[in-house]
Amino acid sequence: MSAPMEAQERLEIRASESVTTSAPKPDLFAPGVEDKMKVTGMNFFYGKAQALYDISIRLPTNHVTAFIGPSGCGKSTFLRTLNRMCDTVKGTRIEGDVRLDGEDVFSLDVTSVRRRVGMVFQRSNPFPKSIFDNVAYGLRVNGGLSRAQVAEHVERSLVRSALWDEVKHKLHESAYGLSGGQQQRLCIARALAVDPEVLQLDEPCSALDPISTAKIEELLLVLANSCTIVIVTHNMQQAARVSDYTGFFLMGKLIEFDKTEQIFQAPSRKETEDYVTGRFG
Amino acid sequence: MTESTRLRSRHLINNIMLGTTGVFTVFIASVLLFILGYLFFNGARNLSFSFFTELPKSTGETGGGMANAIVGSAKILGMATLIGVPVGFLGGVYLAEYGNKSFAFIVRYVTDLLNGVPSIVIGIFAYTLIVMKVKHFSALAGGMALGLMMIPIAVRSTEEFLRAVPNGLREGALALGTPKWRALATVVIPAAKDGIITGIMLNLARVAGETAPLLFTALNNRYWSPGINQPTSTLPVMIYTYALSPYDDWHQQAWAAGFVLLMLILAINVTARMILNRSRFSGGR
Repeated sequence: MSAPMEAQERLEIRASESVTTSAPKPDLFAPGVEDKMKVTGMNFFYGKAQALYDISIRLPTNHVTAFIGPSGCGKSTFLRTLNRMCDTVKGTRIEGDVRLDGEDVFSLDVTSVRRRVGMVFQRSNPFPKSIFDNVAYGLRVNGGLSRAQVAEHVERSLVRSALWDEVKHKLHESAYGLSGGQQQRLCIARALAVDPEVLQLDEPCSALDPISTAKIEELLLVLANSCTIVIVTHNMQQAARVSDYTGFFLMGKLIEFDKTEQIFQAPSRKETEDYVTGRFG
Repeated sequence: MTESTRLRSRHLINNIMLGTTGVFTVFIASVLLFILGYLFFNGARNLSFSFFTELPKSTGETGGGMANAIVGSAKILGMATLIGVPVGFLGGVYLAEYGNKSFAFIVRYVTDLLNGVPSIVIGIFAYTLIVMKVKHFSALAGGMALGLMMIPIAVRSTEEFLRAVPNGLREGALALGTPKWRALATVVIPAAKDGIITGIMLNLARVAGETAPLLFTALNNRYWSPGINQPTSTLPVMIYTYALSPYDDWHQQAWAAGFVLLMLILAINVTARMILNRSRFSGGR
């Protein structure tokens, strides 16, 4: 008689363990803050290996959202699903719903999704062109601007990325002459030039010294006034400094997503607490 | 065996191996130097200004040059480049950037096979396809034969140099909302440009000395051959013809032609290496 009961109990325990993704809190965002992007029930596969499990999250407009978690937990993969960069890898499959301003990103043209959701990569990747041509690249691809307008956008983007003063006298020199930190800010300027609505940064400071890192962090705080920022970082202080909201990923699951103070001071999940206090990962 | 004798025997073996490889290295280098030196000695001695400006003289007359063969070689190599490079380049772009697994595998395999086809067989092919059809030898048939020979290496070198472009550049361009073809044309291919050009030049240098496929496609000509539809003289075929002749002054002309051909190929090679080195030191990471 007791055997089925035990099985039932065990099943319940297992079920509660497997629900590692915490349900989004409905009152998480301040009133009036809209969802820039909304992901519901996303699963992602590289071939047969599942990399993301049942991710549901809302990204608030004009705020900074940080994702933390140990290496290989799926943070970067998640970022790449938001602007459909994952399409470029053969043999990947995605399930679930990803919306940008309420529109399904998979029904939109991929080039327009990527223009609206910009991306800065872990390793700075300036094109083998001049500084000016790097920033102008996306503008020229989109077309429709006069030369003067392109120049104006380039200047504005370099000012926004806090690089203008350092490069204004050598705009037509190779981008490879810049330092690592400058190259990364150039990549940010390049992404900003096309006026993205969302800017994703995948560990943008991992190869930079503290001074360059500080510059980029300041920059993100300013950019958040006009742009929705998503940043993946291994540096928890960085997440605490720059972000309004933080999500914790572990083994392909979004364990917890909350206000940044909440995550770092009083996380509701044990895994999160262990991670942010440095007990593992 | 004690420790010290074992050590001594290991040193001995090491020295023997080092010595053996050294001797053979010197041997290889000296063969090349000998050929170069011999050609230089015989070729440069017989080279005169008129070699570059005059037509071949008829037998019995001394002097004359191979101006028509130099122009003919340039013409045929130009045509070969026009035929072989676009096909090879676009094929390489396909393999590096678009190819799906199984089809790309077949294309790559066939390309390697084509690369292994003996040049004389390529010559027969061009002969059958063009010379037999139009009933006369022509520069076009020669250019086509050499162009075919250029395709496999153009494909593979383009593919290799495109693959060497860091993936970050592709992603950087795509992440800005650039369509793939445009990212290729404006970022990826320019980043690989120097390598691709070098590959094409080395390829050209390789076919510049081909003789067999020209023997029965372009044939030869003792006069100027305007246009692309006439039998055309080339340096390698001239060397072949003159070297087999019974006349002493023709032999000397053959040496001179060999020297000029070698210098031409050497110049292409050196230029190609310089382009590649330049790009290594400035640009790409």
